[in-house]
Amino acid sequence: MNLLELLGYFNYWVFAIVLTVGLYTVIAKVNLVKKLIGLSIFQSAVFLMYITMDKVEGGTAPIIQKGVENQVFSNPLPQVLILTAIVVGVSTLALGLAIVVRIFEAYGTIEEDEILDAD
Amino acid sequence: MIILFGLFLLSLLVITALAIVRTENLFVAVMLTSIFSLLMAANFFVLDAADVALTEAAVGAGITTVIFLSALALTAESEKTVQTGKRMALVVVAVLATLIIYATFDKPRLGDPEAPVHQHLAPWYLENTPVYMDFPNVVTAILGSFRGYDTLGEVFVVFAACIGVLFILGVKPPEGRIYDPHASGLRHHLIPQVVGRLLIPFVVLFGLYVQFHGEYGPGGGFQAGALIASGVILYALLEGEAAALRALPQPVLMGLVIGGACLYGAVGLLCMLLGGNFLEYSVLSSNTVSGQQLGILLIEAGVGMAVCGALLSIFHAFAARPRRL
Repeated sequence: MNLLELLGYFNYWVFAIVLTVGLYTVIAKVNLVKKLIGLSIFQSAVFLMYITMDKVEGGTAPIIQKGVENQVFSNPLPQVLILTAIVVGVSTLALGLAIVVRIFEAYGTIEEDEILDAD
Repeated sequence: MIILFGLFLLSLLVITALAIVRTENLFVAVMLTSIFSLLMAANFFVLDAADVALTEAAVGAGITTVIFLSALALTAESEKTVQTGKRMALVVVAVLATLIIYATFDKPRLGDPEAPVHQHLAPWYLENTPVYMDFPNVVTAILGSFRGYDTLGEVFVVFAACIGVLFILGVKPPEGRIYDPHASGLRHHLIPQVVGRLLIPFVVLFGLYVQFHGEYGPGGGFQAGALIASGVILYALLEGEAAALRALPQPVLMGLVIGGACLYGAVGLLCMLLGGNFLEYSVLSSNTVSGQQLGILLIEAGVGMAVCGALLSIFHAFAARPRRL
């Protein structure tokens, strides 16, 4: 396996690392806002994996131009899935942040351990 | 060359992610998240996903940051350092990363045209979009028509999330908090004022262009909704929230959210009344191709309205919440 072939996996390695960085933030941090940031990093990593799969060598964005023959297009399907997922992601993130704001108003803190102590 | 650029962007992405985890100042973490999203958008563009890059840049780098910041204004700005269970979490995460990286060697390498994902449905979509819709952007064709059910579901998720935020933040705030409805925004800062005022009309105009040009270039309802919402949010930041609510009052925003979601559903039902299946736009016109184009135009308008209204309602719900002295 030569170097260029190995580089073909680089996107997936970045996916793995970013995914686990997000997961670590969700597990190890006690701050609720930080947990939500971790969750959105985790989500972005999944987006990266899907978009990596859509790429075709020598391809271009799937917008068909008339009169141009033998065009190679990247796969449009993962793009559609992720496009809608990004907008849904921000709406659900806002829902999470709204709950965090209410928790802060009720407990005066957004640190998970202090909230558990207060209960 | 493009490979090197991709490597550079991906490495920056990892560094930014690590910096986000390490910083204890939440304000810094949120700004880094914005940079993370922008790098992600650039990566998507390098990987031929123009529509997704546009969405990520508008939503991830723009609106997510504003919503995070308005939530931070209502809570705390830095986190406390706690040293419990960190090592355990690190071990679990390291093992998981190793396993995933090991598993990637079974995946087809980047850009392999023989990969299974490119064999099944994608060629059919690419072949049949010119036949059924006769417009260039295959992503819009799949989003609006071939997979219209999915998109309808996503619009309802956005709708439900917006209603949820309004419910949660709609309760009466605790005592001892103030809210100044006449807060001046950045009205007394000259440079943001001048530059921002110049930008707003162009941001909104670009949003409208993206909305109605989605069939021909990258874009569509999701991107347009986010872009127009970010234009209005910029106005709210410059002139104060009250001014933005005067321009687009809350009932109008709710009308946009509900109207957008209902418009999408109504187009689907109209297709059934005209003798087709749910969301089968071909029956909307005497010519099946123009019927498809009309249907996609209508549902994209519905998506744009719903997304724009939902994002703005969410922003106002956070911004109008009284904060501590």
